[in-house]
Amino acid sequence: MTLSADEAARFAALVDEHQEALVTAWTERVASTLRGRLSHAELQRQNGELRRGFQQALAGSAQDLAAEPAAELRAQLAELSSTRARQGFSATETAVSIFAFKDAVLNAFDGVNVRDYVAFSSFVDEAALFTFDSYVRVREELIADQAEQLLELSTPVVKLWEGVVAVPLVGTLDSARAQVVMERLLQTLVDTGSPYAIIDITGVPAVDTQVAQHILKTVVAARLMGADCIISGIRPQIAQTIVALGIEFGDIATKSSLADALRYVLAKAGQNKQSKQSKRREP
Amino acid sequence: MERVPVLKIGDILLVSIQIDMEDQVALQLQEDLADRIVATGCHGVVIDISALDIVDSFVGRTLATIAAISKVLDADTVVVGMRPAVAITLVELGLSLPGIRTALNVELGMELLARERADYDDEEEDADGEDGAETPAVFTS
Amino acid sequence: MSEQGQRIEVVTDQDVVRVRQLVRTLAVAVKLSLVDQTKIVTAASELARNTLVYGGGGWVEATSVDNGRRKGIRIVFADQGPGIADLDLAFTDGYTTGGGLGLGLSGARRLVDEFDIVTAVGEGTTITVTKWCR
Repeated sequence: MTLSADEAARFAALVDEHQEALVTAWTERVASTLRGRLSHAELQRQNGELRRGFQQALAGSAQDLAAEPAAELRAQLAELSSTRARQGFSATETAVSIFAFKDAVLNAFDGVNVRDYVAFSSFVDEAALFTFDSYVRVREELIADQAEQLLELSTPVVKLWEGVVAVPLVGTLDSARAQVVMERLLQTLVDTGSPYAIIDITGVPAVDTQVAQHILKTVVAARLMGADCIISGIRPQIAQTIVALGIEFGDIATKSSLADALRYVLAKAGQNKQSKQSKRREP
Repeated sequence: MERVPVLKIGDILLVSIQIDMEDQVALQLQEDLADRIVATGCHGVVIDISALDIVDSFVGRTLATIAAISKVLDADTVVVGMRPAVAITLVELGLSLPGIRTALNVELGMELLARERADYDDEEEDADGEDGAETPAVFTS
Repeated sequence: MSEQGQRIEVVTDQDVVRVRQLVRTLAVAVKLSLVDQTKIVTAASELARNTLVYGGGGWVEATSVDNGRRKGIRIVFADQGPGIADLDLAFTDGYTTGGGLGLGLSGARRLVDEFDIVTAVGEGTTITVTKWCR
């Protein structure tokens, strides 16, 4: 049920006339649902602004929330949901803050015509549903952001030595993470011009075929680019699984500890550097 | 048709592929390089593909052919600067570029060539020392 | 739901380059990740070359698509060539009739999310591939 132009105008006038009482009553109700997690003054301010938003939308004879005069109100509602979502309030608590406006209106003026009130009420319902939608959207963004941050956190690529970088993998490797690790490692090789990389899997609880595949692909890709990968930190159980699963590590160098891997790489790098001189010195 | 320039730096020919090559251009490069190796007597070829945002099986095959031809003409080939995304794609595509040596950048590529040349020269010197024979004549046109 | 696609006639080597450029532009526009851009452009290059070399030429049409949840890019490669008699064989790594590495079809299939092929001997081949944003 949409608001007709004069219904909207009547309500705009009412909301304007009784603003103080309305905001106070509204704030009381919201405060009781939020149980003191937002200060009274803060709520009072928020509700004051929202009331102005409602009033402007109604005064502009917005028939529903999608109408042009309600644009400002929509922005306010989106903002409210966004802050509430980030402050950790639930979706219900956020929506109820808007529903409470209806009670406040009903209480503030006796003798409102029922027909008018129902139309007004559905307008507020729309507003509350709108906050619900925005709330969900903000939460989804938050979750996506956090997932991404977690990926970044959990895949550091560190420079161990001149020309040697290492990725200490910690936790379960799923396909998405493995992909990120792979890309990050290869990019670091290019950025630092390091011809050696050590993938340390001490912190990986289990290796299945998929994880092994990802590691193998990384090693092959690094080789194509002209870098060597060494896998270190293979625990006994993991070695057993690898063999049991029939995964071929081929000619990829594997070491039991990061220290061994580094020693191996340094020896290899030294050999390359000095091959010329040492050969010349030999009789 | 565009052409990929081949530069001579010391004992090395440097090819930096900066364009999205059509197949004919790649084949032309293959010919040009063979001619230049013989004309200059260079023993090393560095092919920089850091500007290529894809390497498909045709370009991959051309690179392998270039490496093989160079080998026959007594020059080592190093492909340098492959982008990570390209390497990942090649792995997925199933192209492992056998017979092609690679390095992360031009500098490391030139080091690799210098090292191999040094090893090779040493072996020749050792061989000379043992039987005291003359360095065998090299067939060039 | 999809927008109007862009079609390129594939008759020469240069057209394969144009297909790559078109696909690259679209892949950037739908915000595929860098690795996925590289994969779809490489797949397009392989398949467009197949259209040219084995199909004797044809056309390629690339479209950005949206299934409501994700955006992506869809490419159709069509020719009126001899068609493929034995699909299983054609998808075997290393099998080739044209002197290539034999990685075109099987390799391209690994690079995309959806791969559909319609072929009949003497009637040509139509391949449709799709890559979705992750």
